[in-house]
Amino acid sequence: MSLQSNKIFNSHLRSRAIRGMVFYGICLVCVCIGIAALGTLLVQVVSDGWSWLTWHFLSDYPSRHPEEAGMMSAIFGTLWVMAMTGIFAVPVGIGSAMFLEEYAPKNKLMQIVEINLANLAGVPSIVYGLLGLAVFVYWMNIGRTALAGSLTLALLVLPVIILASREAVRAVPNAHREAAYALGADKWQVIRMVVFPGAFPGILTGSILALSRAIGEAAPVIAISALVYITFIPTSPMDRFTVMPIQIYNWVSRPQEEFQNLAAAGIIVLLVVLLSMNALAIFLRNKYQTKSDE
Amino acid sequence: MNNMTSPKSVLNTSQLSVYYGSFLALKNVDMAIQANEVTALIGPSGCGKSTLLRCFNRMNDLIPDAVVEGKVLFNGKDLYGSEINPTEIRSRIGMVFQKPNPFPKSIFDNVAFGLKVNGYTGKMDEAVEWALRQAALWDEVSDRLKKSALTLSGGQQQRLCIARAIAVQPEVILMDEPASALDPIATLAIEELIRELKQLYTIVIVTHNMQQAARVADKTAFLMVDDARGGYLVEYDATSKIFTNPSDSRTEAYITGRFS
Repeated sequence: MSLQSNKIFNSHLRSRAIRGMVFYGICLVCVCIGIAALGTLLVQVVSDGWSWLTWHFLSDYPSRHPEEAGMMSAIFGTLWVMAMTGIFAVPVGIGSAMFLEEYAPKNKLMQIVEINLANLAGVPSIVYGLLGLAVFVYWMNIGRTALAGSLTLALLVLPVIILASREAVRAVPNAHREAAYALGADKWQVIRMVVFPGAFPGILTGSILALSRAIGEAAPVIAISALVYITFIPTSPMDRFTVMPIQIYNWVSRPQEEFQNLAAAGIIVLLVVLLSMNALAIFLRNKYQTKSDE
Repeated sequence: MNNMTSPKSVLNTSQLSVYYGSFLALKNVDMAIQANEVTALIGPSGCGKSTLLRCFNRMNDLIPDAVVEGKVLFNGKDLYGSEINPTEIRSRIGMVFQKPNPFPKSIFDNVAFGLKVNGYTGKMDEAVEWALRQAALWDEVSDRLKKSALTLSGGQQQRLCIARAIAVQPEVILMDEPASALDPIATLAIEELIRELKQLYTIVIVTHNMQQAARVADKTAFLMVDDARGGYLVEYDATSKIFTNPSDSRTEAYITGRFS
């Protein structure tokens, strides 16, 4: 059967093919586990919460009576907190990434900074919550306000934004930097006119994904704002606030089944917001990519 | 002083050596590059020809541990003197790279880039058109200046990079193997362009292709490398002399291909 007349090679074609198939099968099972888990969650949540998802649910304040309860204060709280988190974290994150990639000398100190940055991205979020409580709420005396919550979440997502932005800055081809230098651009012009525009889509995507992580965080915000009963929309950064995950957590922890269903409805809203943000990230990335490739 | 009798040399190196950390890349190069001529740098890989080229516009400054010793004079002025701003030097000594590297911007914006960074006060449209005409690209792109430069073919992209360099109105254009990533027809177009551009500019070109050096260069410098002393200049003379009657047996061995 063999094409070769001599037997120098024992190519094991069959067993290689079988091993390939086995690996394919394992990978398929792995992906199915993930999809099944996500699907179960979605089905569960939608079947529990769908009927509770009404206009009044979105436009009413929380209440002791489940049929009157809504999550408007949580939705607006989340909007406030996300906007401020973005305003604090994104510029600082981009600036740090630019410094680390374009200016920082390659020495031991910078290596330590880099390692710690990666570690910070993995620190449990409750630790940030306690830090925020100690630093912003008490030491800086900002109080349990939306501002304190935003600053805390900004700290939480900062390492993620820095890492994503550095990745994006590093992905700008060095040939473009050299081309700009060779035309008589100085460092600031190279960064402003070549590096930043080149890295922008990646920075944007990374920042949106980081914010969409922050939007689902309950633990650090509970540490800041506590599990309070908020029946108003924040009108300034110095107002008390609540966010969607806290409201959901609050409902889940009640014994009545109606509140469980409210929590499910809240999860649907949160998921919709999350998926919209991720979709926006993908859309913007594709838009800028095709723009620069065409 | 005696510019009328001897051609003016734009760039002069004396005892020029370059180290990357402790690695000696180039040792004791003495050469003079004449105005409005094409000077080719040839030699085997690692002989330091690109390093030498990058000394002329101080691109080696961008490599953290590069050290340049000796002197480079640009129109008689020490290029590495303390009063020299490398950013200004790079606007007067342009560079074209091995792989076409247009910015992911429009054709127009690519050519206008150098004008913008150097604070050009004239009419942008006219300067861009002038540069594109000089680079023999205008007729091909005049109707799609707003299109991304990445839609151009490799050869067009390289001519765009030449236009981009020309737009800044440099005195010298350095070319680092400008045609090595191009097909033969695009290569010929670039060579044609180089021969025309030398009327206005002084051109220094690194090339791996000896026929190319023979076709475009007035003068040719042959560099070699050995482990003990890094890259060094073997022979520098008129191209016709280098290719027909070299003084050094090593040059002859290299150009006749009896040498790796």
